[in-house]
This record gives sequence, C-alpha cells and structure tokens, in this order.
Amino acid sequence: MSSAPLISEPQPVRAARVGGLALAGKYPRVTLASAFVALLFLVALVAPILSPHDPLAVNPDNPYLPPLSPGHLLGTDELGRDLLSRVLWGTRVSLPVAFVAVAVGFFAGGIIGLVCGYAGGVTDLLLMRFIDALLAFPGLILAIALVAALGPGLRNAMIAIGIVAIPAYARLVRGQVLQLKHMEFVTATRSLGAQPLRLVFGHILPNLLNPIIVQVSLSAGFAILAEATLSFLGLGAQVPTPDWGQMINSGRTFLNNDPWLAIVPGAAISVAVFSFNWLGDSLRDALDPRLRS
Amino acid sequence: MLTYVLRRLLLMLPVAFLVTVGVFMLIHLTPGDPALIVLGEDRSPQAIAAIHQQLGLDKPIYVQYVIWLGRIAHGDFGRSITTHQPVGTAITERLPATLELGTAALLWSLIIAIPLGTIAAVKRGSLADYIATGITVAGVSLPNFFIGVVLIFVLSVSLRLFPFGGYIPLGQDPVESLHHVVLPAIALGTAGAAINMRFTRSSMIEVLNNDYVRTAWAKGASWQRVIFIHALKNALIPVVTIVGLQIGGIIEGAVVTETVFTWPGVGRLAVESISDRDYTVVQAIVLLAAFSYMLANLLVDLVYRWVDPRISYS
Repeated sequence: MSSAPLISEPQPVRAARVGGLALAGKYPRVTLASAFVALLFLVALVAPILSPHDPLAVNPDNPYLPPLSPGHLLGTDELGRDLLSRVLWGTRVSLPVAFVAVAVGFFAGGIIGLVCGYAGGVTDLLLMRFIDALLAFPGLILAIALVAALGPGLRNAMIAIGIVAIPAYARLVRGQVLQLKHMEFVTATRSLGAQPLRLVFGHILPNLLNPIIVQVSLSAGFAILAEATLSFLGLGAQVPTPDWGQMINSGRTFLNNDPWLAIVPGAAISVAVFSFNWLGDSLRDALDPRLRS
Repeated sequence: MLTYVLRRLLLMLPVAFLVTVGVFMLIHLTPGDPALIVLGEDRSPQAIAAIHQQLGLDKPIYVQYVIWLGRIAHGDFGRSITTHQPVGTAITERLPATLELGTAALLWSLIIAIPLGTIAAVKRGSLADYIATGITVAGVSLPNFFIGVVLIFVLSVSLRLFPFGGYIPLGQDPVESLHHVVLPAIALGTAGAAINMRFTRSSMIEVLNNDYVRTAWAKGASWQRVIFIHALKNALIPVVTIVGLQIGGIIEGAVVTETVFTWPGVGRLAVESISDRDYTVVQAIVLLAAFSYMLANLLVDLVYRWVDPRISYS
C-alpha cells in the first residue's frame, strides 16, 4: 500500500473560463430562446428603419390589399395602412409595456419580499396578508378592474399589469430570503459585524438572481399577453396606436374577406409570448441543478 | 379535519377583508365624480347633491364602506347605474351562460390533456411526446381571443361547421346549445388543456419511476392495469389542484372569450359595464371573481386530502 500524503501539495488553481460559444453549446435551448428575444428587441429598435411605410399613414385608395401586394408585403387594413409596418411598430408598444410592468412588479414585489423575509414577525405577517389579498384576485380580473378604475390607456395598463406581477416576485424573494438568511455564509457575515443593508445587498441578493431571472422572463410573457388582452378589450392602447391586441379587435370585424388583418397581429403576439415563455422555461432548466438533464 | 377547515376559514378572514376594501376602493380610485356618470347632461349642483345622498357619497369613506359591506352581506349589490336593474339579478341572469361555457371548456381541457399527457409520459422522447410538448408550448403562448378568432375564421366562416356566436340555453334546445358552445369552449379551454397536459405528463413520469409501478410490471400486470390503475390514478393528484384553480378562475377567462363570441355571460357583462362606466356592476363582478377564486383555493386543499389520504392536516 503506497503511503499517500494526507495533505497534497497545493495545485495551481485554474480559473474555470467558459467562453460564450462553449456556454451556447452547453445550453442550446437558452441560446436559441435568447436569440428569439434579442430579435424582438432588435425589431423594436430598428422598426422605423425596417418599416416600409408610416404605420399611421392612411391611404384611402388602397384598403384591404391582400398579403404579397406590390409595396405591401402583408397587405393593408381597412384604412389602407400598411400591415407590416403596423406589426413591426407593435413591438415598440408591447415590449416597453412588458418592460415597465415587469419593472414595477420586480421592484415593488422584490422590496416587499426582501423586507418580509429578512424582518419576519409582524412586518412579514401584515405585508404578506396584503400580498395574499392581491393573489385572491385572478390576475386578468385585477388588471381589468384597475384599468377600469384608473381609465383606459397604455400608461394605466402598464401600472395595472405591474401590480398584478407584484405577488409573484414578493413570494419568490421572501421564500428565498427565508432560506438564505439561515445559511452559514450569512450567519458568518453577520457575526463579522456586517450591517443589514450590506448583508441584504452584498450577500443575499446576488444569490437570488437565478430564480429572479427566470421569473422576469416568464412575467414578461404574461405582461405582453395581458397588455394585448387589455387592448383587445379597448382598455389598453387606443386607436390609432399600432398595437397588436387592438389590431386583432378591429381586424376581427373583417374575418369574412380579410382574415389576415386579425391573424397577422395574433401571430406576432404568439411569437413574442412564446419567446419569453421559452426563455423562462429553458433558463429554469439550465439554472436549476435538479432539472438539468 | 374540522380544526383545519376552521383554521383555514379564520386565515381567509383578513384576506377577505382586504379584498372587500380593495374592491370598495375601486370606485374611489375612479377619476371624476360617479354622480356625473349617473346624471349625464343634467348636472345642476342640486342634482349632484341628491345623487351623492342617494349613493351615500356624502358620508365619510369608512361609513360608506361599512354600509356597503352590510348590504353585500345581505346579498344587496346595489343597482346598475345605467340600467337601474339590481346588480345581483343582472349577474344571476348571466351566470348560467358563463357556467355552461366554463364547464364545457374544462371538459375540453381534460379530454385533451389527460390522454395526451399520459401518452407523452409513457412514450417519453417519442414523436407523440414532442407533439404534446409542442401543443403545451403553443397553448400557453396563444392568446385565447386569437384562438377564438382563428376558430371563427376556419370552422365558422370558411367551413360553416359551427355558428360564430350567440348562446342558446341548455334547457331550451340541448343539441343547439352544445353546437353553439363548442367553439367558445375550445378557445377558453385550450390554455387550461396545455397546463393540465404539462402537469399530467410530469406527474406521470414521476409516478412511473416509483417502486410500486416497477413491482406491478414485475408481477406481470397488463400495461392497461399498470398505466390506468396503478400509475394514472396517483399521477392525477397534482392535476386536481390545478383544475380546481381553473374552476375558480372561470370568470377571468370568460371575460375575453365571451366578448369574442358575443356570449351573454358574466364576463361580457363586465366588459359592457366597464365601457358604460357602470362601477356598481364592475365592483360586484370583481368581488364575485375574487371570492370564487378564494373558495376554489380552499376546496382544492380539502379535496386534496380526499384524493390523497397520505396528506395529514394535523
């Protein structure tokens, strides 16, 4: 039997460097889904350059042109407006709404969750009852009720969808903080005299990022869907804003002869929601070690 | 068990209180004076004061809340601002249509979800599994109003197989009633079907890996017996939770689907009331939606024990 030394010689530590391509190869689903989402943002960014026409320009001489008409790849609507331009500009309505709504949910819910999880006691009890009350409303009903009260419009739709997103973030962050605050590294940092703010922002928050990234992606999908629904019902974007939900609502009147007026914006919503949902799902699989296959 | 039910009901009380406060405050968040909506053109100060007195708006807000809550407790939801019909009557008149649509949508979702979810789990990694997963992803990404519009275009406008809207009560003409409910039920139930399929699949995969299922195979039990008697029965336990919540959320989905299919239910009443700024009706429907959702949550917890006796509430 060879007598191996109990303590081996210290080996030079090699930093685990993972290149972007290697990472993309390791998580192909995340890469593909991220590419879809990035493409959506790119379209929103360059919509003014990509759009062949002004999305609001009415052209009474060319209404109801079918797809593949000269100069109008996806045809025109009842007012002769170019459908492709309106769909492209639609990303500039849906994505900012999703961004603001997610930000409202993320910041408000995240702060509530952090405070509840870290402080505990009566603060936790009272704030979580407020969250429970928000959860007692079905999401869309709450959004509709808030927009009904605040008045129709994109700004109020963003606020309403953001409020609907608060409970998910609050519960997620609270649960994670409750787990993390009893872990050894947090106890050790506290015993070294770290202040609560440093503990929360320097040690607890960075460990929450993975589940939050997943939630951000999933709630962006929900926000796009909710915004389209509110606009479909006449509570979100108002005419003549090129909004997908609102376009389906006006397009469904012409289903008999011009079905593309409703189908094209519907496909755009589906692709956008699918991209964010897919990204959220694949990130969850990639970031959660239990789900990694 | 009784202790558990009582404890759950007690825990529900503060939440129910906050829900009623939230719903009550809806009318007070509204920009402008509700009296002006009631009055229309006649806006003399005397008329406004009279309406304030009639609606109780001249009293302090907490008094208004207590009076409103007392009325709600007695089943009095007030009168519609636009039609002057009692709100309770307006809702109960529309509720059967919503319940019929909700039941049909739920049946559709289960008819699709359980067989496809089971096949996807049993034949994991096969073409059937990929198709089922594809349906799941599409089902949760497609807005139900878009599914409705596509169904109307394909099955109603193009193929003329189904009517594109309207409602016939089940008691009046059962066959025509079912004929009218097919498209709205598919539109409303597809997202639920996708979610239920996902749950059935993942739960079934987990159950199929259990020792008792392996034992059943080893004993030489037929595949039908192993899949349907041993595995599926237990795999459906988590599905019960999600289906229960879907029952509680019927009104939520109905809001959009009923608008697309001109279905005269509670959801459409909500949309009409919002555009008419009829806040008494909106308040009542939001309250109904929230309480049915809370009740569904409670019932799911209770039913869970019945379907899975291993769960203890002690």
